[in-house]
Amino acid sequence: MTSSLAAAHAASATTALAAAGVQRAAWLLLVFPLAGALILLLGGRRTNRFGHIIGAAMPMASFVFGVIVFFAMLSYPAGQRSRDVHMFTWIAVGRFHVDAGLLLDQLSISFVLLITGVGSLIHLFAVGYMASDPERRRFFGYMNLFVASMLLLVLANNYLALYVGWEGVGLASYLLIGFWQYKPEPPVAAKKAFIANRVGDFGLTVAIFLMFATFGTVSFSGVFGHPGTAGTPTLTALGLLLLLGACGKSAQVPLQSWLLDAMEGPTPVSALIHAATMVTAGVYLIVRSAPIFNLSQDARLAVTIVGAVTLLFGAIIGCAKDDIKKALAGSTMSQIGYMTLAAGLGPAGYVFAIAHLIAHGFFKAGLFLGAGSVKHEMDDEVDMRRFGGLRTAMPITFVTFGLGYLGIIGCPPFSGYFTKDPIIQAAFDKGGASGAILGAAALLGAGITAFYMTRVMFMTFFGERRWEEEAHPHEAPPIMTSPMIVLAIGSVGAGAFLILANRFVNFLTPVVGSPPPARGLINWISLSTLALVIVGVAVAWAMYGRRPVPAVAPGARFPVTAARRDLYGDAFNESVLMRPGQWLTRLSVYFDNRGVDGLVNTLAATVGGTSGRMRRVQTGFVRSYALSMFVGAVLLLGAFLLVRI
Amino acid sequence: MSPTHFVALAVILFVIGAVGVLVRRNALVILMCVELMLNAVNLAFVAFARLHANLDGQVIAFFVMVVAAAEVVVGLAILMAIFRARRSASVDDASLLKY
Repeated sequence: MTSSLAAAHAASATTALAAAGVQRAAWLLLVFPLAGALILLLGGRRTNRFGHIIGAAMPMASFVFGVIVFFAMLSYPAGQRSRDVHMFTWIAVGRFHVDAGLLLDQLSISFVLLITGVGSLIHLFAVGYMASDPERRRFFGYMNLFVASMLLLVLANNYLALYVGWEGVGLASYLLIGFWQYKPEPPVAAKKAFIANRVGDFGLTVAIFLMFATFGTVSFSGVFGHPGTAGTPTLTALGLLLLLGACGKSAQVPLQSWLLDAMEGPTPVSALIHAATMVTAGVYLIVRSAPIFNLSQDARLAVTIVGAVTLLFGAIIGCAKDDIKKALAGSTMSQIGYMTLAAGLGPAGYVFAIAHLIAHGFFKAGLFLGAGSVKHEMDDEVDMRRFGGLRTAMPITFVTFGLGYLGIIGCPPFSGYFTKDPIIQAAFDKGGASGAILGAAALLGAGITAFYMTRVMFMTFFGERRWEEEAHPHEAPPIMTSPMIVLAIGSVGAGAFLILANRFVNFLTPVVGSPPPARGLINWISLSTLALVIVGVAVAWAMYGRRPVPAVAPGARFPVTAARRDLYGDAFNESVLMRPGQWLTRLSVYFDNRGVDGLVNTLAATVGGTSGRMRRVQTGFVRSYALSMFVGAVLLLGAFLLVRI
Repeated sequence: MSPTHFVALAVILFVIGAVGVLVRRNALVILMCVELMLNAVNLAFVAFARLHANLDGQVIAFFVMVVAAAEVVVGLAILMAIFRARRSASVDDASLLKY
């Protein structure tokens, strides 16, 4: 069954037609934000006055153009929507030929609209959020670079150009997480994110090498044309290497630890990383490489395991964090875990992974902007134990955050309900023991999600006011609240719009294969999900809604302390990666100093000492030179005579 | 006169010259001793050339004389310069060019 699916897929992948009409200018999508980044970063202080206007306008221009391209795509019949935009020949060395080109298909345009749409809203919010920051212009330059890199990542028609975007995203996230570099923590967090990402990048790099060695090309059409020729072991290796890359970028276990620290960046950055760019890249990579994963059962199983572990891991961390942004970061990790799990289920899950990704983009961006709005009004306080009762002080933030909250916990009829349920069902439908375990993990995750998000809600917006004396929170300016309102509308309606009437399924099927027909909306799985969600909400209400929340975190026993410490993610990295690494470097230094240097130095000292002694022979007395010449001549003569005789 | 006599005389002259170069300090005498060694060799060349009725040895003798004349010119010029600077013709005094 898988091979026929792959064949069908391969057929669609290789028959990407040349783009025509307005789509031929699709490179403009990249040019807008890239131009914004160049103007703002090269223009320097001269652009300070109007930098934020350019910075916010560029993603919007991209979005408007993306919508035009999208409608141009809709005008084609479903089988002919995959279009190739040739830009220029990038590398031509012998038999190795790489064209810089864009692939416009249903998958990439979904990402383009998400990235530019949600990205524009976040840029708008940032105009207000960063208003008092003297470096706002530089901030917008980096943000535009971020968007441009992500667009290149999703639009590239070969793995090499994808890799350029991949690295650009890593660079931009590094610059933005460490944006407030005068504080001690952000640069450390930025370095951590960069290094954790490099580990993943290593996997992607080797995967690209392996593709070139196996297929002789790195273009999507070349690799996906006949993936079956490679043999299962190679395909499994490719799948696992791509998974490693996805783990780094998408903060999946075991490379998850950077995501929580990345909260040191300004809040719009967190929103951009979590909703529109960066962490979605890993899911995109897996779904884009579907023809490879379709042919390797083992690689897919690894993907589902990583997804299931991460979705529980992130959810448990989210339960224990008092920092509102870190609680949301845990939830992102968990939701991306859902997407990874769905992507690992093969054609049954690809569509739902992307649907959940888009719905998540709306409600998570809304939640982060809400958290940013709260933080902005509370003098940069992020400890939820110092919040409480904000619902009256900040009504718009409360309502938009609340709608995002209803979206993420999967309360019907909000978007999370429509996009998360199919993932849980697809996990159960996988069948066998693995299906039951994965489904149970996804089901449990839904309950935990309801718990920790309700906890965030109660601690922030309900209960008595636990603010500092001098905080006077009031509603944020309209430039910050209007993006939140738009995102809230998205988190209400996106899920229903995508999933009902199979809109998104039918739209994406030509690219990633069709899932089996959905069951009705009401069945035992969706009912038990709903029951677990209600239990989660009830438990959170009992713990944080009914009782007053102490202003200082109470002492706790094992599971809570573990979750507060990110389930020992840092301790794991330190003991398993950092310490052995340090030992290795120390050993290498010792070997270098004593072994290599010792050998070379001894040789040099021997030569030096000998020549120092030999030097004494040069006395400057002509007669001693004459004597040595004479002796030498006699010796030579003697030797001649001896040989002759 | 057999060739042995010529060779013996050449050896005696050469040894005198060589010993002179090694034991004398006066640069002028050393130069003269070098001349002596060169002429001892010349003598041997000429003697053998005559013995073998071959002109090569005679020709080489001429070359040696030309080279010796040139060597003496340069050598004496250096000697003059050193003597003017140091008021001494002893080669042991001119020993600054060393390690």
